[in-house]
Amino acid sequence: MMHLHKFEKIWLIFGIAMLTVFLGIVGVQAFAQGQTPAGGMKKIDPEKVDVTAPFDNPGVHQIDDDTYEVVIKAMAYGYEPSEIKVPAGKEIIFKVTSKDVIHSFTIPRTKVNMMVVPGQVNEKSYTFRDPGTYLILCNEYCGTGHHFMHTEIEVVEE
Amino acid sequence: MILHSDRGPLAGRHTSSAVAGTAAASERKLALWNIGFAYTAFLVGTLCGLIQVFMRNEMIQLPVWLDYYQVLTVHGVTLALVYTTFFIYAFLITGMSRSLGSFGPKVARWSWIGFFVAAAGTVWATIEILSGRASVLYTFYAPLKASGWFYVSLALLIIGTWIISFSLIAHYVKWRKANPGVMSPLFAFMTISTLIMWIIACLGVVAAVVFMYIPWAFGWVDTINVELSRTLFWFFGHPLVYFWLLPAYMAWYLVVPKLLGTRVFSDSLARLSFLLFILFSIPVGLHHQLTEPGVADFWKFLQVTLTFMVVIPTLMTAFSLFATFEISGRQKGAKGLFGWVGKLPWHDIRFTSLFIAMVFFIPGGAGGIINTSFQLNELVHNTLWVVGHFHITVGTPVAMTFMGISFWLIPYLTGRTLTKTTKKLAFVQIISWSVGMLFMSTAQHVLGLLGAPRRTQHSNYSDHPTVLGWFDGFFSNTSTLALGGIILFFSAMLLMVIVFRLWLIEPRSEEGDLYAEFPIAESDASATPRWLENWWIWIGIAVALILLAYTFPITHMIQDAPPGSKGFINW
Repeated sequence: MMHLHKFEKIWLIFGIAMLTVFLGIVGVQAFAQGQTPAGGMKKIDPEKVDVTAPFDNPGVHQIDDDTYEVVIKAMAYGYEPSEIKVPAGKEIIFKVTSKDVIHSFTIPRTKVNMMVVPGQVNEKSYTFRDPGTYLILCNEYCGTGHHFMHTEIEVVEE
Repeated sequence: MILHSDRGPLAGRHTSSAVAGTAAASERKLALWNIGFAYTAFLVGTLCGLIQVFMRNEMIQLPVWLDYYQVLTVHGVTLALVYTTFFIYAFLITGMSRSLGSFGPKVARWSWIGFFVAAAGTVWATIEILSGRASVLYTFYAPLKASGWFYVSLALLIIGTWIISFSLIAHYVKWRKANPGVMSPLFAFMTISTLIMWIIACLGVVAAVVFMYIPWAFGWVDTINVELSRTLFWFFGHPLVYFWLLPAYMAWYLVVPKLLGTRVFSDSLARLSFLLFILFSIPVGLHHQLTEPGVADFWKFLQVTLTFMVVIPTLMTAFSLFATFEISGRQKGAKGLFGWVGKLPWHDIRFTSLFIAMVFFIPGGAGGIINTSFQLNELVHNTLWVVGHFHITVGTPVAMTFMGISFWLIPYLTGRTLTKTTKKLAFVQIISWSVGMLFMSTAQHVLGLLGAPRRTQHSNYSDHPTVLGWFDGFFSNTSTLALGGIILFFSAMLLMVIVFRLWLIEPRSEEGDLYAEFPIAESDASATPRWLENWWIWIGIAVALILLAYTFPITHMIQDAPPGSKGFINW
């Protein structure tokens, strides 16, 4: 077997222990506290987005007292609907898909940073703490007008 | 036998002692052609980098026939793909010839063929990009659709690298047959590990290009499975970064101890760490796809776990390197806990360049852990943070190691020397690169945390206050990014001058000239377990891990696929 220097053993054991702690924290946050990145397994025909629920009715929908759903279609180079208004302090479930190429639906300085992939529906739950007008932008190259692709979301006091 | 001499078959033309057979001359020439190609790409790529930082600050406007995204594509392709790949093959070809002996006629011929195929693919792809038929960036995500010939040219580039890889493997197999029961020299072992990883990794992108993109781009099929194409791309995309990194590791493991006048710290651990890279560099691609739909959380998390495993060989490497530093320092009489620092050969540019490269890899590696930490990835995904990250991984640890190698590899191949003047220029070059990169990458990291997107031409986003934060403060400022970029460009041009001098102007080297040698440290393999060199074991485990990590997600993407996407040309 291989010879390991005593210090190297200590170094590796310490390193692997740290690794386990890191992974443990990430894993507990993900699977015990439900903090997973954007995702979802729902699919959609990218040619029929406009006539497929819920994207046939894009916009903000209240689901119950504390939950809202925001349905958004992304396309080169914009989002539909272009005006979004949601309350602060409530759970907002974003559902996005693309009518053409890959985009992103990103609200800088929040955890909302979703890849928008044609054929798939991406979902993310987020609760805005503070009211304000947040920027939404596309951070995945989608063509020569990519840098013009943005909109805003208005978060209002409940 | 030339195996253990410092001046191998590639030694300078002026020495009568060199084994100057035709093959040796051929390898020297081939390595130089690779380096020439690499530095031509470097020149074009760094110029594009300069244009980009100016554009991010709205300091220049491009002519109508050229747009930001073409410049960006050329910058990424020439530096990340072309400079690295061709330089790596120059290094591997020279080192394999030096440690295993001259190439036979077949190996020599096929290496040349591989070089020309890869070079042709590269030139062709560049023409497609610049003529506006392939503004798809170098990740070429579907359903953006380039011309079919763009994908053919990419396939040629990969096939070219495979031809060179298999030539080098054939050279190694021949050596193994001639030396039964002997552990191969460490350089050869590391080369073969790197090539095995590369060949397996490319299977993903080759499958995507040949079976998906080409039939779709030429119109033989109407649609493409977008999520599958992305997944196959990243099957390749992550080991690609280790393909850049491992040759730098080879220099750190083998060249650095030689420059310090000592031996490889542990032969078996050096070999083991390379084997672990074969295992843990491929079944991890999903960590580039953490924020997208179509992959269940469980599989994303499993690949996050496997990604973290590369920390182990990285820690082993760090330990070996610092042990080497300390041992050599103590041999030279260093005392106290950190006395050895002063005994390192700081005046030797070959060492100092590699040392700075390693230092940059510490924050680079730590940033990598952040990027792959599942939900933490949402904060940084596709922001300038990521750009900052790869400029302090491939852009400095790897690139600066290649610069440090150039300072002796080019003289070794041309039979020239590194004079005092050029050495001074080299110090200025390495220090200016470090300073420039410190400014640029720190600004990129900070701007990324403030939400600035990567791969995006400057936009004021209707003057949203968030954007004002990208021009406010010192490091949180796009102008600091540009300042760093300008310093880097100065450094890059200085490097071109140095390369030119080493190639054509410097005087011929004398016998025993340190700068005209290929420094490889001795490595004691007497206690190294033989099973470490049983490649089938490692390929078997690698394949098993790949099947574990990818079978279910990929099967799902194929069997439960949504209707495919037709192509879009958004430029």
